[in-house]
Amino acid sequence: MFRYISGRILIGIPILFLVITIVFFAFRLIPGDAARIIAGDEAPIERVEQIRRDLGLDRPAIVQYGAYLAGLARGDLGTSFSSRRPVATEIGSRYWNTFSLALAAITVATVVGVAMGVISALFRGRWADHLVTVAALLGISIPVFWLGLLLMQLFAVELGWLPAAGYGTWQHFVMPTITLSVFSIAFITRMTRSSLLETVQQDYVRTARAKGVRERLVLFMHSLRNALLPVTIVVGLRFGYMVGGAVITEEVFAWPGLGRLLILSVAQRDIPVVQGLLLVFATSFVVVNLLVDVLYAFLDPRIRHR
Amino acid sequence: MLRNLSKTIVGFARDHKLAAFGAVIVLLFVITGIFAGQLAPKDPNQVSVRDSLVPPNAEFPLGADNNGRDVLSRIIFGARISLYVSMTSVGLAAFVGVLLGIVAAWYRWLRAPIMRLMDVLLAFPGIVIALTIIAILGRGIENVILAIAIYQIPQFARLAHGLALSAQEQTYVEAAVAGGESDVAILSRYVFPNIVAPIIVQVSLLIPGAIMTAAGLSFIGLGVPPPTAEWGAMLQLSLTWGRLAPHMTIFPGLALMLVVFGFNVLGDGLRDALDPRLKGRG
Repeated sequence: MFRYISGRILIGIPILFLVITIVFFAFRLIPGDAARIIAGDEAPIERVEQIRRDLGLDRPAIVQYGAYLAGLARGDLGTSFSSRRPVATEIGSRYWNTFSLALAAITVATVVGVAMGVISALFRGRWADHLVTVAALLGISIPVFWLGLLLMQLFAVELGWLPAAGYGTWQHFVMPTITLSVFSIAFITRMTRSSLLETVQQDYVRTARAKGVRERLVLFMHSLRNALLPVTIVVGLRFGYMVGGAVITEEVFAWPGLGRLLILSVAQRDIPVVQGLLLVFATSFVVVNLLVDVLYAFLDPRIRHR
Repeated sequence: MLRNLSKTIVGFARDHKLAAFGAVIVLLFVITGIFAGQLAPKDPNQVSVRDSLVPPNAEFPLGADNNGRDVLSRIIFGARISLYVSMTSVGLAAFVGVLLGIVAAWYRWLRAPIMRLMDVLLAFPGIVIALTIIAILGRGIENVILAIAIYQIPQFARLAHGLALSAQEQTYVEAAVAGGESDVAILSRYVFPNIVAPIIVQVSLLIPGAIMTAAGLSFIGLGVPPPTAEWGAMLQLSLTWGRLAPHMTIFPGLALMLVVFGFNVLGDGLRDALDPRLKGRG
């Protein structure tokens, strides 16, 4: 098990290193005078020069890259152009807001998605199955921001039950959590249903039935446990994406998280912050995948002995 | 030939009713996009202060926005932008991605560099990559197309790579190699035609994502610049005005959802028809 985990970690590190390298050089691809473009057309020449120095654009690219790596090793992600504060501080102060929202959303998505998938498979071909199937199709088709706007119109404007936007109490969590989880609910529902229907055809399930085990027991004890293995991977993948993918949900509900910071930084072309955010998103994705791999190996002994 | 084709289509529609429904929606969307100029009752950019925020009526079937512009006409012209952006971006992604995938499968020494690069792109949600490209290149419709294409390239590269790996093991490829045909000829005449069907399915499954991302970018103000009629941009306005005029929220979102739904069920149906083993898969 230890060998398996350390092997997985060793795969994640080169990916992160590639991300750092590619992102770094991608921002050197900005056509024309990068400092002028970042500063904007109306910016005074002093500011352009300052950005040029801050980015180190007056030095050779490879020297800049070395300096950036050295900074990263010290935990220094650079300084934001717009706020003049360290990027690490800007990101650190918002990380928890996004993480907690993503955690709430993936929890809801997993519970609801698995439940709906099981119901759907249990009543295969009957009205409950059709209802869930259509709901899941609508779930993957509904635009996130539209859903957010409709919820806001209904629960905040018409009924006045929930705050329209912002961050603070548990009530603030309700609408963003629903909005962020709907796509994943639909995704997990479809995955659970098909995985369960596939498992039911396996030999050991037939054996259990032949032994006379009750059908409900066959489904929950013998099939579900194995059917949920691929679902674990999907849940992990969705969660890994959510930390970076809450962009639009955060924008709709004015949620003070990393997604809004990304939008703001892209609009202002605050390159150090965008760079730092990409690194944080990639790290979250790699770490979550690592955890999923470990969990998977824990659940399925065949994998860690391979 | 033509009769066979129509027979196939009729058979497909009978076996996959939901997918056929999706195909009708997609067809209507394409027609609306192409003939927006003829179909729209009004000029989508015609500002009229007097008609600001009027609810649906005889003159404005779906109401007017805060600038008194006809919502119906803007939705119709929005279909054109959506169609253009999604087709070009997915087309570009498919071309580059399939090329990379096939090349990575054929030339062993290129496999690691290409596929690791794809892994890096897959470590980010699409919207984050798209925003990064916009940060590098700036705003504008061409950059939106490029941004969407870049995040979809790995989806095609991975699929094409896997398919090409097994296609190139076939005897007819071996025969072509033995016959001394050039690499370009082998890849384009023997490998590519044999992997094209799943790629077409992939195109239909990724178009809704492209439409949604394009609208999402406009919604956060970093996509197609105003005053172009675009569904996401219309919804952005409704963030401010939706309380006073719910029709500004409801109709553009409904159009967007309907089109995405159409592509999704069509893609599902095509995948099932192509590979019955995958039926019902998420």
